[in-house]
Amino acid sequence: MRTALVLGALGGLLFASMLGAILVGAVAIAPADVWAALWGGADQTTGTIVRDLRLTRVFAAALVGGSLAVAGALLQGLLRNPLADPYVTGTSAGASLSAVGAIALGAAAVPAILPLAAFVGALAAAAVVWRLASLGGRTTVLTVLLAGIVLSSFAGGVVTLLLVASDRIALRLRAVLGWLLGGVSVTDRSELAMATAIIVVAALAAFALARRLDAFAFGDETAATLGVDVDRTTTAVLGVAALLTGAAVALAGVIGFIGLIVPHALRPLLGAPHARLVPACFLLGATTLVVADAAARVVLSPAELPVGVITGLVGGPFFLALLLRGRRRVVV
Amino acid sequence: MTALVAQAVRAGYGDRVVLGGCDLALRDGEIVAIVGPNGAGKSTLLRVLAGLIAPRAGSVSLDGRDVRTFDRRALARRVAVVPQVFETLFPFTVREIVMLGRTARLPLLGRRSPDDVAAVQRALTVFGIADLAERRIDEISGGERQRAVLAMALAQGGDVLLLDEPTAHLDPAHQLTTLALLRDLARARGLAIVAALHDLNLAATVATRVVVLERGVVVADAPPRDAFEPELVARVFGSGLRVELRDGRPLVFPRPLS
Repeated sequence: MRTALVLGALGGLLFASMLGAILVGAVAIAPADVWAALWGGADQTTGTIVRDLRLTRVFAAALVGGSLAVAGALLQGLLRNPLADPYVTGTSAGASLSAVGAIALGAAAVPAILPLAAFVGALAAAAVVWRLASLGGRTTVLTVLLAGIVLSSFAGGVVTLLLVASDRIALRLRAVLGWLLGGVSVTDRSELAMATAIIVVAALAAFALARRLDAFAFGDETAATLGVDVDRTTTAVLGVAALLTGAAVALAGVIGFIGLIVPHALRPLLGAPHARLVPACFLLGATTLVVADAAARVVLSPAELPVGVITGLVGGPFFLALLLRGRRRVVV
Repeated sequence: MTALVAQAVRAGYGDRVVLGGCDLALRDGEIVAIVGPNGAGKSTLLRVLAGLIAPRAGSVSLDGRDVRTFDRRALARRVAVVPQVFETLFPFTVREIVMLGRTARLPLLGRRSPDDVAAVQRALTVFGIADLAERRIDEISGGERQRAVLAMALAQGGDVLLLDEPTAHLDPAHQLTTLALLRDLARARGLAIVAALHDLNLAATVATRVVVLERGVVVADAPPRDAFEPELVARVFGSGLRVELRDGRPLVFPRPLS
């Protein structure tokens, strides 16, 4: 009952935020005209702005935010620690390295290739981090985070190298840089369609993994004695988190904190079980990024801030506050 | 009927050999205490019995079948394990924790059956924590948490319980009542229970059989009265302990410090 109420409220919040985000932008358009444009009733310019630019972008922002939050919940559940997310584990960095690599090689001309390239990078990064972290025998949060930092620095270095070394990319430096800092930009409908398909499948898979993920509450060994195939479930969770991260990075670059904060904020409301947490994370993550992206478009209008700047500025202190408030219970 | 049997089990981690050939047969209805100094191999023996680590030599079988050939889901329906350390940073309620015991019986998706709900309620009631069911696991006392995890293991519905220091977080009175409860469960439901225990007097009081481990080898496997033989206790645990028989029961006392 409580779960239904919270999920209903979060759904309403997402709908309201999307509606609000479609109303604002660099060009002032009256709400009535926006409404008319949504149903195809406005003049052509307004129609293009509302439907092709704003609606697409708001939709993409919702998908990206939802994906990152669900990926965060999955990684936190697997590591049984609220300090994990695609960003700090290096999964996002792997995705962005792979995507930038694909662009440098000229693969961006192939339709819908970016989400796939980012997924491969995310998966490789997750695999490398987990392998590095389990070298000593047991996988601990601390080693995963350290391996994530190492991988992020390495990937960041390679990305910078590619940007500096490649003339072809240097020409598009501004666009790529904006994307790297985290910015929702949909240049290609087929890319959005591909990312949407990946995200829908992965989010359903995340929900299907929920019960097994709960069994990790006391660690890998107890998960095993409760009847979970630990290796297979770990692989599945990392794979699904990589799919979500890859799709999100392809659409919007590297955006931190959503995956970290959204599950953290929802647990006090909904409790720990992932069957409730995963859908709620998708809704609240989507809302958060829709609002952040709208703010990014409006704050310095007509100039635009990368949305990663907004999530960083708001999310950093917020996360620090959570960390300080719960510092006695956060054990690495 | 013999349920779980370990034969000539050798096991260890990396270069370190912890168990050097252990035999143990576990029968329905009994509660076996495994005692021994720190590092004697109690936890490792439990982990081998649970199929969590493969023995280097020897075998562990459940009803004649090697436990390593069971898949985890099938094994979890027979054998439940309570680890020594259980901590979670996530706000599960007591009922949700006990429901984790049903993981191997639940479908991956969809509703819990009335059987699952009833088994959880029974386990909560047996351990006297039914009125804590909706409390968060991080908001109850260490002793209550310990009973919640025991209830989780009971809700698994298996016939073998492997417990690593199941009373480590309990006060002396609760240690005794909890172990007495486990012994009654073993008798009434024909469960086979193995508990690694540090407290020798507790082991002597509740166990039907005591297994003494010394550096990875079983040096005694007998009812408490025969297992706690004074010279053996002095050899295994050091000369600071003295064994006395009281009411036909061996009790262990520290010798006065000089």
